Amino acid sequence: MGDASFSLIVAFTVFGILTLGGALGVILNRNLFRGTIWLMISLFGVAGHFVLLSAPFLAAVQVLVYIGAIAILFTFAVMLTRSLTQITDRFTRLWWNLGGAIVLFVVLVGAVIWPVWGGFTPGDDILFANVMSTTDLGIALVDRGSDLRQGFVLPFEVASLLLTAAMIGAIVIAREADDEEKGKRG
Amino acid sequence: MECVGLCDVVLNLGVRNQELARFLASLIGVLLVSGVPLLTVIILILAERKIAARIQDRIGPNRVGPYGLLQTVADLLKLLGKEDITPTAADRILYNAAPIISFGSVVLLWAVIPFMYWNTPEGAANAVVGVNLEIGALFFVAIASLGTLAIMTAGWASNNKYALLGAFRVVALLVSYEIPLVFALVVPVMFAGSMSLVDIVEAQSHMWFVFMAPLAAILFFISSQAETGRAPFDLIEAESELIAGFNIEYSGMKFGMFFAAEFLHVFTNGILMAVLFFGGYLGFFYKAIPPLGFLWLGLKGSLIYFVFLWLRNTVPRLRIDQVMNFNWFFLVPVSIINIMVTSLILKVMQEMGYAPTVFAESSLIGILPLTIVMLLKDAIIIGFILGRLGQEGRKARIEATHAEESLAAAAAGD
Repeated sequence: MGDASFSLIVAFTVFGILTLGGALGVILNRNLFRGTIWLMISLFGVAGHFVLLSAPFLAAVQVLVYIGAIAILFTFAVMLTRSLTQITDRFTRLWWNLGGAIVLFVVLVGAVIWPVWGGFTPGDDILFANVMSTTDLGIALVDRGSDLRQGFVLPFEVASLLLTAAMIGAIVIAREADDEEKGKRG
Repeated sequence: MECVGLCDVVLNLGVRNQELARFLASLIGVLLVSGVPLLTVIILILAERKIAARIQDRIGPNRVGPYGLLQTVADLLKLLGKEDITPTAADRILYNAAPIISFGSVVLLWAVIPFMYWNTPEGAANAVVGVNLEIGALFFVAIASLGTLAIMTAGWASNNKYALLGAFRVVALLVSYEIPLVFALVVPVMFAGSMSLVDIVEAQSHMWFVFMAPLAAILFFISSQAETGRAPFDLIEAESELIAGFNIEYSGMKFGMFFAAEFLHVFTNGILMAVLFFGGYLGFFYKAIPPLGFLWLGLKGSLIYFVFLWLRNTVPRLRIDQVMNFNWFFLVPVSIINIMVTSLILKVMQEMGYAPTVFAESSLIGILPLTIVMLLKDAIIIGFILGRLGQEGRKARIEATHAEESLAAAAAGD
């Protein structure tokens, strides 16, 4: 239907502007708290893209986890470091970081565009082709998969292992040293 | 695209163009879903003040209009006429955006609430609802987190120490109480096998979930009281410590919007609880006369709303550490145990064939065994908790008496 695709394009443009504009706002802003607000706008745009891709569940989780939890934590962290919210230097001299960011950007854009232009055929359609519902998506994520197809158990488990390691690390850093350890250090 | 629901009604009213009918239907839907809560809030403020007054042995507003019915209108005009002050050091954009986000986050919740039964052709929702989201319950949680953001923004943008401290407290409170809230919400979702609020209501057509999961209903009730920041969890306000909390710098209608958002949030929670645990629009003749379903929903929601107010005006405010301990050492463990036991029993009984997999297609007899088992389970858990609490209380009392006696002995010895 003609007008359906037109409204899709309009929605895509709006969400694209939200996402990219928010991202630009994050890096061009001098104020950290405003930066987190821009980040939320950007993440909200991504949630909109999920809706356009007929994945409302992912959209809701995006809003819930990223805007509801992580961005709120960001604002907490920002407010606890109040002196940092008033930085006035717009350009710092971190040229190495700039170079790294540009390389990363080029690699990422290449990784996105190359498959679309037919650099290689996306062989594993386990995740995307036959997904009818969130249940299927969940099964496809953790299923070992039939004969040749491997499923996504390994990446899934690696990701959870990484998260566990990060959590243990955070606990170790945040934990107060008990008396015994203090005594050892003298 | 097919034309169902409200669109169909508009089409039958004489609008020949299908495109136009769809547009009109959307417009009417949006106006209704956002307009109804806006008008309700005017009544809610008066109701709250009257009920609070009665509980505190006062009469309440009784000067403007018959029985003081126009008091809120007068207040509204006063708020609109007040000077709109923005602190010089405030972050102007965020300062002005915060009240809007706050109110919007509450109004958005109404989009997924099913209001009444509606017989529609196959494939569409069997209810009058803003939008029948497949992820309705999750939507509710996601939108609730926007309210937290609004308060944080308000507290920071005001550039006031008290406002910031208030915002910190609120966010700590809201983020922690979201956990038992979501865990309690999972129980009806498990029973219904769907996150859509329409499906959840339909699944209760033979037995309300409050009879199958009273513990989850209680947990949901307590944590939603905390989510709205009402007594005994009203550390947001804490006049004696924080003056007024995060909204200290706001004046006029901007303050009014925070105020209205809070009042509406309480009622919305009442309605949501009616939908999740008390069968929503289900009631006598809800199929024959659909508007009656709207009445049932309103009645149930109002009754729960009344209990919210009752609690608010009866219980004293807790300290922040008490509030946090109550959540992390009591509500969270209980809700986790509840969810684990409930899911285990549900799955086992479904596998053994004693419980239906689709509640809506079952009957009262079919669902009775599960209800009895679930009730027993909740009774055991609640009994265990009460027993433990009693034990702890006795221990604390004995220790207190011992300490007193030893103090007295020491004093006598001297």
